[in-house]
Amino acid sequence: MVFTPTVPTDKDLHATAARRSWLRKTVDVIAYPYRASSGVARGMLVAGTVMVGFMVVLAIFAPLLAPAGFNEVETAELGAFPKHAPPSSEHWFGTNVQRFDVLSRVIWGARTELQVVLLSLSLTVVTGVLLGLVAGYVGGWLDRLLVLVMDALFAFPYLLLAIVVAFLLADKLPQGLGGGIAVAAVAITVVYIPQYFRVVRNSTISAKQATYVEAARAIGAPPFVVVMRYLFSNVIQSVPVIATLNGADAILTLAGLGFLGYGLQPTEASEWGYDLQRAVDDATAGIWWTGLFPGLAIVWLVVGLTLVGEGLNETLNPTLRVRRLIPVQLTSVGTTAQEPAVAGRSSGRGGEDA
Amino acid sequence: MIETVPYPVESAARSEPVLTVSDLRVWYGSERGAVRAVDGVSFTLRPGETLGLVGESGCGKSTLGRALLGLLPAGAACDGQVHFRGRDLLRINRSELRRLRGPALGMIFQEPLTRLNPLMRISEHFEETLRAHAPRMSRDEMRQRSIETLRKMGIPPTRYRAYPHEFSGGMRQRIMIALALVLEPALVVADEPTTALDVLVEAQIISILADLRRNFDTALLLITHNLGIVAEACDRVAVMYAGRLAEVGDAREVFSAPQHPYTRELLRSTISLRTTDLHYIPGSPPDLIDPPPGCRFHPRCPDAMVVCRDREPVEVPTAAGSRVACWLHGPADQVPDGGAEALVREEISVADEA
Amino acid sequence: MAGRSGSLREYLLVRLLLLVPNVFVLLTLVFVLLRVAPGDPISAALGGQLPASELARRRAEAGYDRPLLVQYVEYLGQVLSGDLGTTVTDSRAVTDILVVNGAATLTLTVAAVLVALLIGVPLGLLGARFRNTWLDVVIRLFGVLTYAAPVFFVGIVAIVVFTGMLGWLPASHQASPIMQYSVESRTHFFLIDALLAGNTRAFVDGLRHLVLPAMTLGLLVSGVLIRLIRVNVAQTLRDDYVEAALARGISGRRVVLSHAFRNALVPFVTVLGLQIALLLGGAILTETTFSWPGLGQQLVQYINARDYIAVQGIMTIFALVVAVMSLLIDVVNALIDPRVRY
Repeated sequence: MVFTPTVPTDKDLHATAARRSWLRKTVDVIAYPYRASSGVARGMLVAGTVMVGFMVVLAIFAPLLAPAGFNEVETAELGAFPKHAPPSSEHWFGTNVQRFDVLSRVIWGARTELQVVLLSLSLTVVTGVLLGLVAGYVGGWLDRLLVLVMDALFAFPYLLLAIVVAFLLADKLPQGLGGGIAVAAVAITVVYIPQYFRVVRNSTISAKQATYVEAARAIGAPPFVVVMRYLFSNVIQSVPVIATLNGADAILTLAGLGFLGYGLQPTEASEWGYDLQRAVDDATAGIWWTGLFPGLAIVWLVVGLTLVGEGLNETLNPTLRVRRLIPVQLTSVGTTAQEPAVAGRSSGRGGEDA
Repeated sequence: MIETVPYPVESAARSEPVLTVSDLRVWYGSERGAVRAVDGVSFTLRPGETLGLVGESGCGKSTLGRALLGLLPAGAACDGQVHFRGRDLLRINRSELRRLRGPALGMIFQEPLTRLNPLMRISEHFEETLRAHAPRMSRDEMRQRSIETLRKMGIPPTRYRAYPHEFSGGMRQRIMIALALVLEPALVVADEPTTALDVLVEAQIISILADLRRNFDTALLLITHNLGIVAEACDRVAVMYAGRLAEVGDAREVFSAPQHPYTRELLRSTISLRTTDLHYIPGSPPDLIDPPPGCRFHPRCPDAMVVCRDREPVEVPTAAGSRVACWLHGPADQVPDGGAEALVREEISVADEA
Repeated sequence: MAGRSGSLREYLLVRLLLLVPNVFVLLTLVFVLLRVAPGDPISAALGGQLPASELARRRAEAGYDRPLLVQYVEYLGQVLSGDLGTTVTDSRAVTDILVVNGAATLTLTVAAVLVALLIGVPLGLLGARFRNTWLDVVIRLFGVLTYAAPVFFVGIVAIVVFTGMLGWLPASHQASPIMQYSVESRTHFFLIDALLAGNTRAFVDGLRHLVLPAMTLGLLVSGVLIRLIRVNVAQTLRDDYVEAALARGISGRRVVLSHAFRNALVPFVTVLGLQIALLLGGAILTETTFSWPGLGQQLVQYINARDYIAVQGIMTIFALVVAVMSLLIDVVNALIDPRVRY
């Protein structure tokens, strides 16, 4: 507990402020980038959120929205599915070589993608942040060792790492318990840890060296509390951006794994990358619908996440922020200072070409 | 039209002025309204003459200097006339202006440390400039010319092919000056050229600038907040306050017998070895978005009268040949009844933010 | 002050020395990754096919029953002497794989990088010069799309359009089988071998096969390049020396090219190293899509066969490539930027 001399406050004010602060604060934190952004950044943020939101809805309501299961070859309403049927009113996206309905596979695929990515991102953030904290705070040989390992991991082709990890784990984890999803998630997790590690570690180190930590110590506050608070505000700026961009990357990696055959078994769940692997053979025959729709789904989700990430970056990162140019119009000579300038076209020559 | 008396000749007319600025206004847009950085400034400059432009920080002097060369940021609006060699610089098109920069107009910036491209040798900087404006010059000629100019600045020819980071701040500023002068422009604007340098180096640079008229016959507009420099190196001085000129005239005259209260107070605030008490002007520079009515200095002026609050002062010539904008010097027929009474104001709060 | 060439030489020497611990860490990483799984490579690959006694014999012969540390040291020793092992499933020397298939991967990646530069650099520069105009937005969108579309998806679309529907370009392999047989592989670079043999038809055929994979991979990388260049050049355009150059009447176009772009290369080249990872990962996927006989495709095949040695060998190759590339990048950085010297 930090004991500082306090000015007596109005008790009631304190109570209400505390009560509504938690929920309000969370809402405020989430809403902040949307309110604070403008122009292109806001456009990206909003567009991205809508796109991602759409996929989230698909994922959550898959059982209701999909006309069939992801590996069903017939339903009561539509009868038996034909093989390689082009898009029609019964099968909006057509069917594939295994007679599955492509639309259903795309919708169920959304659920798979989001499950895996959420799982892996949480693991990554937790591990990366913890390791970063430990390395930054403890320092010494542990820190140096971790930095060495993380830098090596960081430079390594991520897909390669993911493949190898998936390859190694595939035999170990039992299939039935959602093993495939877990394997894919862990494989992706390992790849992105270095980024969070680096950010948190650097922040921890600079927090440790900050003079106000010493000052806090002088008045009896444990440095750990101060470091945590400093970290929180610093890291909170970069983690959301990294997380969304990582999410976009993770989807691509997962699809890549699926494409190569190391992701999920087709019986477990529908995965877009796996469908694309199947679609390669179809492509030379001119069958386009088995590959186009899962591919577009990937593009949609990744673009959405990237837009959110970039929008956040431009809003939260002050150096990238472009000052909005407010046009000014000169009032005619002789008006008093009280008359406001009217926004409009600038007369004369203003800017400089560059 | 602002009522002004047509400009009297301040010193014996030796030649045609190289620069005539009439009613220059430069306004920026901002969220709170238009920032009137330069609000009706007029002066002339003759060949070989050095005019010092002094004022506190934020009075608009840098903006003025940049406006002359057309280096204002996007979103700024100009009005008025800037006559240079028979053309109005505010009205000519961009490429014409660009062609003038270098051979006819030059600029010396404030921070020499960052104004040279760290990846380019000094020789490359010169060659680039010369090639842009004198494409028919041979490599050898360019080299000769550049080395000669550098020599005049005290940079030995052996350093011609060195990189910027191999020079100290003072030397880099000399290189910048050489770059500005290599094409022998008729007008050079120096924007606080020695503010970032230490005192000894400052003295060297100022003596170089003072010699400009002897070596190059260049007209120099020296922008600074340091009155000592002006006294040393300038023929004439213009004192700027809140976007307007308070007083313009011969440097020695203005310093020995300042006509405007602001000039007087400014001189009294200067610290020298003989200073025993600290003198300062109470209050802070006015808000350029919403400047005080009438004379902008009236809230801080120890000699303010009632008319100073109500009406903008009119520029009048003085016996010594300067121009001053202050009701203390008339014109008497424009002062309404009771206007000459001393102005009673509330105590100026020191914490008044501009 | 030391003369320029002196300090550059020193820098290169130090940097070269740093390569050693760098490689060391990477090799350790590869080894650890592949030994994490219990069991041994031989059982993993041939487990169901050979009797237990035969497996045990082979294991002892290859030394997999010895302590891990010993195997580790042996592995390092082997790599340093140039022996990357022999595959378990088809008894090929990994170095052989490197030479034969590495050439194909190199061809693909070089071609892709050329495509990426041709598309990415001009668009990135345009985006930086006209920042926040509609042109910039379009360019940025293009960059995002090319990155978001998985390289195999783009490949499939390309195949569907150019092979399936239009029939203009082939969709697999480095060259058609007939051409392949008719050209003797000396350097293992098909295009070079075709030239050396004077076989222009084979050369053209090779080029035709290269187009789709190179464009696909190149497009992916160009998206990243656009973003990198745009951000870095926009940053350097705000530097003070740019304004000073404008004050001397240097034209906007020249300023972007010789001041902003050149200076932006410094942070750009640094980040470029990270893109090698992207390029290699993308190459694996592209090779699989187009059945391009490169290292990536081999890797996938050997993983499916559970051939640990082959996988370890190819991973080692990748690790070494990464280390060497980052060395090269630091060298290029030192050449561009005179301030970077030890």
